[in-house]
Amino acid sequence: MSKGNLTRRGVLKTGAVAGAGLALPTYLSAASHEGFTNAPTGSTVTLGFNVPQSGPYADEGADELRAYELAVEHLNGEGDGGMLNTFSSKALQGNGILGKKVEYVTGDTQTKSDAARASAKSMIEKDGAVMITGGSSSGVAVAVQALCQEAGVIFMAGLTHSNDTTGKDKRANGFRHFFNSYMSGAALAPVLAANYGTDRKAYHLTADYNWGYTTEEAIRSSTEAMGWETIAAVKTPLTQTDFSSYIAPVLQSGADTLVLNHYGGNMVNSLTNAVQFGLRDKQVNGKDFQIIVPLYSRLMAKGAGANVKGIFGSTNWHWSLQDEGSKAFVQSFGTKYGFPPSQAAHTCYVQALLYADAVERAGSFAPCAVVEALEGFEFDGMGNGKTLYRADDHQCFKDVLVVKGKENPSSEFDLLEIVEVTPVEQVTYAPDHPQFAGGALGSCNNGA
Amino acid sequence: MFGLDKKDASLLLIVAALVAFAPFLLNPFPEGSAMAQFNAGYPDLMQRFVIFGIFAIGFNILFGLTGYLSFGHAAFLGVGSYAAVWMFKLLSMNVLPAIILAVITSGIFALVIGYVSLRRSGIYFSILTLAFAQMSFALAYSVLTPITGGETGLQLALDDPRIFGSATTAEGNIPVPGLFGLEMRDSSELVLGNWVFTFNVGYYFAAIVMLLSFYLAIRIFRSPFGMMLRAVKSNQQRLNYTGLNPRPYTLAAFVISGMYAGLAGGLMASMDPLAGAERMFWTASGEVVLMTILGGVGTLIGPVLGAGMIKYMENIISKINSDILHGWFAFLPDGLEDLVVTMIYPFIGKGWHLTLGIVFMLVVIFLPGGLVEGGQRVAKLFGRKKTDEPKSAKTEPAE
Amino acid sequence: MDAIILQILNGLDKGSAYALIALGLTLIFGTLGVVNFAHGALFMIGAFCAVTLSRLLSLSHEVAIPGQTDFLGNPATRDVPYVFDIFGETVGASIIDWAVPLSILFAIPIMILVGVVMERGLIKHFYKRPHADQILVTFGLAIVLQEIIKYYYGANPIPTPAPAAFTGSFDFGAVIGFDPNTIIYPYWRLVYFAFAAVIIGAVFAFLQFTTFGMVVRAGMADRETVGLLGINIDKRFTIMFGLAAAVAGLAGVMYTPINSPNYHMGMDFLVLSFVVVVVGGMGSLPGAVLAGFLLGILESFASMREVIDIIPGINQVIIYLVAIVILLTRPRGLMGRKGVMED
Repeated sequence: MSKGNLTRRGVLKTGAVAGAGLALPTYLSAASHEGFTNAPTGSTVTLGFNVPQSGPYADEGADELRAYELAVEHLNGEGDGGMLNTFSSKALQGNGILGKKVEYVTGDTQTKSDAARASAKSMIEKDGAVMITGGSSSGVAVAVQALCQEAGVIFMAGLTHSNDTTGKDKRANGFRHFFNSYMSGAALAPVLAANYGTDRKAYHLTADYNWGYTTEEAIRSSTEAMGWETIAAVKTPLTQTDFSSYIAPVLQSGADTLVLNHYGGNMVNSLTNAVQFGLRDKQVNGKDFQIIVPLYSRLMAKGAGANVKGIFGSTNWHWSLQDEGSKAFVQSFGTKYGFPPSQAAHTCYVQALLYADAVERAGSFAPCAVVEALEGFEFDGMGNGKTLYRADDHQCFKDVLVVKGKENPSSEFDLLEIVEVTPVEQVTYAPDHPQFAGGALGSCNNGA
Repeated sequence: MFGLDKKDASLLLIVAALVAFAPFLLNPFPEGSAMAQFNAGYPDLMQRFVIFGIFAIGFNILFGLTGYLSFGHAAFLGVGSYAAVWMFKLLSMNVLPAIILAVITSGIFALVIGYVSLRRSGIYFSILTLAFAQMSFALAYSVLTPITGGETGLQLALDDPRIFGSATTAEGNIPVPGLFGLEMRDSSELVLGNWVFTFNVGYYFAAIVMLLSFYLAIRIFRSPFGMMLRAVKSNQQRLNYTGLNPRPYTLAAFVISGMYAGLAGGLMASMDPLAGAERMFWTASGEVVLMTILGGVGTLIGPVLGAGMIKYMENIISKINSDILHGWFAFLPDGLEDLVVTMIYPFIGKGWHLTLGIVFMLVVIFLPGGLVEGGQRVAKLFGRKKTDEPKSAKTEPAE
Repeated sequence: MDAIILQILNGLDKGSAYALIALGLTLIFGTLGVVNFAHGALFMIGAFCAVTLSRLLSLSHEVAIPGQTDFLGNPATRDVPYVFDIFGETVGASIIDWAVPLSILFAIPIMILVGVVMERGLIKHFYKRPHADQILVTFGLAIVLQEIIKYYYGANPIPTPAPAAFTGSFDFGAVIGFDPNTIIYPYWRLVYFAFAAVIIGAVFAFLQFTTFGMVVRAGMADRETVGLLGINIDKRFTIMFGLAAAVAGLAGVMYTPINSPNYHMGMDFLVLSFVVVVVGGMGSLPGAVLAGFLLGILESFASMREVIDIIPGINQVIIYLVAIVILLTRPRGLMGRKGVMED
């Protein structure tokens, strides 16, 4: 065997390779002459859709992917055009983005930051994606956002509700259309006061991780501002499935309202358990006992079945909205897939369109140009009324929906009814609000 | 050569060659072709191959040699990454101090957990390690959020108090980890016709570390210490009767393999400066067990192969969506195309877990020695001499 | 005081779920000597038996509602279950309402079949293989089973409510002399507790008082001798596997109203149930039951906010902490026999 020979050659090659690496530091497979990562060169542009396909949020991920596929169709001028017809900006022509046909790659976040970053990286490094979007949890959104900042691509967040995404973990290359914990609190509080009075005693059960903390803080501060008293706030483990031991002591505490700062499977289980305990049939302090779920998702509400009836919460968007944008979106989504879209699908669809529109207006795919086009961008016709992408933190400011579990649903999709559309002024906060303190956007990164 | 016998030396050289040429070997299909989907030669995945290779090599030192099945090894990887990211935040963006601290921290962590857990053996040992790891995960995800970043993970920020080196780059961004000015993410490309090969600094750095760890593992396997560990596995009682106390040896093996995991964690943070609690979840510990078994317990090369296989499935198979499938089978008549796609669809893309489970079961049922045994059987079939590890490939792990 | 009684009650209920799963796990381990990591998957399959039956019962055909339209503007339809057509609306509605209890009858044959197929098809070939191989192959099986369920039922939880008669809760405090509303407990959870007690009692009685049980117990103690006596112990062990699967499945069926089932509920319980079995002592049936209740009660206490305030995060780790302490002080768990699974 010519082992020695093989080795010598190996060493030589490796040396040469390492030398080349030193001489030409470029990042990823960028066409570096364009001056930014993954500049599209041919007649197509590749977007990366990073959604949970396995794990507990797989169904939301599937809905996000449907929305993206629809958005790609519309951008390429296929289908009925959906919200392109109602969008206030008319830059998009239905001929792709800047004349390039939109193609996409998909990845599985597994709702784990590591896996999400791995799939985002593979889309950037291997497939040449110029923008990453999607996701169904704040942990993933924050992790992927930081990655995109580093790699020099744009990140359009999917479903992420934690204040941190555009608060202490904000990044210049990242944008969030979805609303956040603070907005939930600000929108819910007046409705709660109007329906349940101002002298309630609240008991919080809070998922023991970042999103839970920010949500509890937001709901607490806005309900306490109206005169509610917070009796206790108990943290529950993420991996908890049976919440009985947390719910059983609620009545003894003298509380008359239970706030469930839970999402996803936690929310389904804690709400189911709370209703099982018959809390809602009880009277405390002479008032009917009430339960509140700050962040509603229709897909998850389905898992809780009849238990959601009459329970208040907030949501980013709902398919029963009657504005032109929502109707157009529901029409084209429903025609294609046979059921109405979820709020996750909506935010992802809108994010894809907003990105495309920003590129079109900027005339370039370069992240810094896109950032400039999106910062301070005001638009309408996307289902949430007049909306502003604020330059200070890359958060969208728009109306927030307060919803209630419907008493007599007419179909399996008709679970929530809109109680109030809270105007945007009421949920707007200063960029340096204490709940968003710390962190800085930094400057946009074009990558290589 | 290098104090190894001929067989081991040639194994090391083969691995070194494979690692050096990985950017070519893993990109066999030309860019833009339908098969390009199966290319794995991009920096992130290649880094993962070698890093998880290190993790699995270390795990194999414990499980393969002593037979103690730790179900909480991911905790050490997690601790290592946290230590490394904290070094980046506080000290400098150089990867060396970060990796060194990662190894030390996880070593101390492993010493404490190992000291307690090794008081029991068999499944009791497995449950103890599992309990420690799950506790680490639960606390890191929740009450330790100020130290670990909780759900969103520990990340670098623009206002990190870095002692050596600046907090931000000239462009106002967070600096990236590097080795004396050589950034881990730097790559260069080689375009040969339709093929594009990427050479990444981080990958080669991790690869060199992996080769060193592999070399060290061979030395441990062949040392008197390694013999002692095998003795623990084959018959601990007899060892006791000869007047030897096996505990210090097993503890040493536990700490070494914990340090390997910490090294892997430190490298992961160096390639991508983020540390998340999910790295410590029990399924992550389960994954390294799967890697080792898939490849071949107790063999030198097996764990590396197993790590590569699982990471390949996770990153490549999971990305094939129905769109791509339809593209592949577009040449078939419509009805047939749909039928074929429907039949394959459950196993790829979001169904990659199912494929993993099936492959894993098949390996455990038919190839208890893992891929290495499979390779040997194939080799035997063709009447060639076995190349690697005929003796220790036969595994009887005493759980 | 009332808070403590409440958490004991709670712990008993939680513990009964743990005990049921651990009991099946121990039955398999004790009789066959196999560590079955797919046991959680059996629990999950049981739960999905309930989901399947309630879906079968609510199979419907569409009836147009005149004058109404759906979200796309097409004429709206209403689903009318076939059982309404067969039994009339009132009886049909109550059949659907009682889907979960009815699933018990549906699940027993299915689970026994699943168990027997699993034993004959896979586990049988692993009796002589090392425990590690058994763990690994059943772990692989667990992944496969849960992915199959996910493929057909999706990832989201599926609500399967208890019969209307069991909704609401029982004011336990008022009965034993406390203020009303201080100690309340849902009816269905009381049913679950009673159900678990009956099943556990039945399994013990079966092993204690029947010839079959006697042979199995003898086989657990010394398989070889029983075989030498000319008794076909293998066949009985296969039946035991089927029984253990049925116990896990029934635990799953009855659990569905408590938490909406999803495909990963088995994995969620798996780690926990192993901790329970090991704490109880591998191979000890009373140990498994005792440890199940003990851990259930301790977990309930650790989740009281008075306790969390003193030791933050204790609710996250209590189970593991207890496992560590018990394993260090009692090497073979609470009631384990010497020499089991130690080498």
